Amino acid sequence: MADVETHEHDVLVIGAGGAGLRAAIEAAASGATVGLVCKSLLGKAHTVMAEGGVAAALANVDDRDNWMVHFADTMRGGQYVNNWRMAELHAKEAPDRVRELEKWGAVFDRTSDGRILQRNFGGHRYPRLAHVGDRTGLEMIRTLQDHAIHQAVDVHMEVTIIALLKDGDRISGAFGYDRERGRFRLFKCKAAVLATGGVGRAYSITSNSWEYTADGQSLAYNAGAALQDMEFVQFHPTGMVWPPSVKGILVTEGVRGEGGVLRNSEGRRFMFDDIPDNYRAQTADNEEEGWRYTQGDKNARRPPELLTRDHVARCIMREVKAGRGSPHGGVYLDIAWIKQRVPNGAEVIRKKLPSMYHQFKQLADIDITEQPMEVGPTTHYIMGGIRVDGDSQMTGVPGLFAAGECAAGLHGANRLGGNSLSDLLVFGKRAGEHAAAYARTQPAGRVDAAEVDRLAHGALAPFERAGNGEAPYAVQHDLQEMMQQLVGIVRREDEMQRALDHLVLMRRRAEAAGATGNREYNPGWHTSMDLGNLLTISEAIARSAIVRTESRGGHFRDDHPDKDPAQATYNLVARKGADGAMQLSKEPIPPLPAELARVIEEQK
Amino acid sequence: MASATFQLWRGGHKDGHLQSYETEVSEGMVVLDAVHDIQATQANDLAVRWNCKAGKCGSCSAEINGKPRLMCMTRLNTLDLTKPVTVEPMRSFPLVRDLVTDVSWNFRVKKEIKQFTPRAPDAPDGTWRMQQTDVDRVQEFRKCIECFLCQDVCHVIRDHQEKDAFVGPRYLAYVAALEMHPLDTVDRTADLKTAHGIGLCNITKCCTHTCPEEIRITDNAIIPLKERVVDRFYDPLQALVRLVRGKKSS
Repeated sequence: MADVETHEHDVLVIGAGGAGLRAAIEAAASGATVGLVCKSLLGKAHTVMAEGGVAAALANVDDRDNWMVHFADTMRGGQYVNNWRMAELHAKEAPDRVRELEKWGAVFDRTSDGRILQRNFGGHRYPRLAHVGDRTGLEMIRTLQDHAIHQAVDVHMEVTIIALLKDGDRISGAFGYDRERGRFRLFKCKAAVLATGGVGRAYSITSNSWEYTADGQSLAYNAGAALQDMEFVQFHPTGMVWPPSVKGILVTEGVRGEGGVLRNSEGRRFMFDDIPDNYRAQTADNEEEGWRYTQGDKNARRPPELLTRDHVARCIMREVKAGRGSPHGGVYLDIAWIKQRVPNGAEVIRKKLPSMYHQFKQLADIDITEQPMEVGPTTHYIMGGIRVDGDSQMTGVPGLFAAGECAAGLHGANRLGGNSLSDLLVFGKRAGEHAAAYARTQPAGRVDAAEVDRLAHGALAPFERAGNGEAPYAVQHDLQEMMQQLVGIVRREDEMQRALDHLVLMRRRAEAAGATGNREYNPGWHTSMDLGNLLTISEAIARSAIVRTESRGGHFRDDHPDKDPAQATYNLVARKGADGAMQLSKEPIPPLPAELARVIEEQK
Repeated sequence: MASATFQLWRGGHKDGHLQSYETEVSEGMVVLDAVHDIQATQANDLAVRWNCKAGKCGSCSAEINGKPRLMCMTRLNTLDLTKPVTVEPMRSFPLVRDLVTDVSWNFRVKKEIKQFTPRAPDAPDGTWRMQQTDVDRVQEFRKCIECFLCQDVCHVIRDHQEKDAFVGPRYLAYVAALEMHPLDTVDRTADLKTAHGIGLCNITKCCTHTCPEEIRITDNAIIPLKERVVDRFYDPLQALVRLVRGKKSS
């Protein structure tokens, strides 16, 4: 067998953001031995970028809130193609998962009576997001990290997994390498939890870091698990657009939650011009009412800036295309105007949105207490992902679980802000618990040494091509541009068919890409290995987006601009066929149980 | 488009050297952008850590023109581009390669600090009550992004390599966040004096001046902790009170 360092754990958790950490903590608490693999250093995962808050119906600020309202909001936001069981569990369990963080040391902002404060966010009927200023994700990951290091969890930092290993049908391990020395690592395990996050690096304008190369989705797909809803990619409406080097960096929805408004170059609040029918009853129709909502008036309806992300992103695109955009191709997001309405407005802005103040001051020379920000859509999140059982988070591969962004189901066609951090906690815990339970019932599986040799040989191939191969960064760059152009916010069948042709050529280029230098901490080599994942997932997104001939949530078809009720009945599922080709099928969504249907009806 | 020269550290500790690269620069660029351009086009194997590119994850710490900074938050228009810009790895930690250092010591130190342990819940539903004014000071320390620049710049670590005797400013702020947490019940004062080596800090405030999150590490974390240690171990009056009362004051 190739020269590899071997580790053995009952449960291997791949990914150490919120979901991975929460899964590791739970699996360890259940008595399993746990290995936690992170692609970067511990505590650097993309969870730190989550700003606005974690959604949970604690009802601390508005006592009309409860799990049923949260469930109905999540289903409405997801346009009813959600896995309703996950939406139900999520709404019911999120409050306990948030309170548990407090037990582990998290310090959320407080209400005047000393409880956890909650703020407004798009698509949530009541103030629901527990938060810490605008750095909630950092608070969450640090709390989980600081708790996990005192549990029986072995952390493998800066290790990337490139393949899952199976014994027959079930999981028996994972194979990868460490960044520092470039040594191969073999992890034997009885169960594995994928918690690798998103796919943002498939696009050129993204809020995601280098890590988000669709690893988990691709690992699962190649191991025989199914992907679901891959056409549903979330383009967050407010990313920075200027200067060029920061294009795509997130501007939290919390800015709008605190009273920030969107204006076009004519100074018009264009969000009032297009309010979807299913939100009309709960949306303010004048600026005064919208303002009162952001200031906590329980009788006011929310301003249209807080409509769901898919809708706000498209309205921004429409203004820009109509020539009413800002100088750098976005629109204006103005929080400075609240100084007209609140005493010490500048101070309030700095207190409520400290990282946004800091980010614009340092990166764009903009003082957000004085000037409006320029913002535009950025690739932020994928609602689709690995198909899992709603209760256990197990995929179709026995012993393989998935949680967090890399799993599908909870968010349907569009995710509400704040529902990701709660997703990580609720389903990270469930995945860890069920993975540990599964591991208890299983003997250790076998690992095929020949398979490990084959993987090691494949991983080193870029070095054999060395300088004769194309630079992997060039392939990645072209892929990102192509996906942005042809499978972006606004989609057309002919463009996506062209994207599929491009992907075939890019696959050849990727397979011929070379790595220079040696195996020690060599990002060029690492990028060459990430390319395969990005290509697989780009194909899944494009193929799924072609088949769904309607517009729903994050998926907008210029050639099919309307929602088609007949297409609310299925999820699109992608599997690797016996011949290696991707196969798509429409899987019917199980009927909603009567009691959940009643909840949705009552909350309309 | 203008171009600028960057001298990047390449190689390891023994064979390493500064190597010059020319790259084009445009409005709004930060040092990390220039490093990425060089990596994508001229040096594919250039080792550099980064993640969020927005000053929130603390991965891209380096020494830019000799000053410890985050590469993603250092704009080129704040530097003199008529001269080469040097980018070197943090000097207080063992070099892995190029701009990447072995920061694992920091993770080991954290594990040795006694973990958060809350008092019993305040309410029957298992929750606690805390006032915003009481959590404000803890929240300041919890802004830390663990970039380790304060550890890099602290002379106790940088010049004297007292890594066995001193936890460094990052972890003194971490202890402060735990000690000042309204719910925490553990007493870490004795550890501060011995295991954490707080006495080695002589308040030069280099950490505070370096912190990209502008946490007032010295004034708000280290000095109050030093006062606790002094009160406990060096105050003769307190010692007398303890003797008379026959118990340990906290």
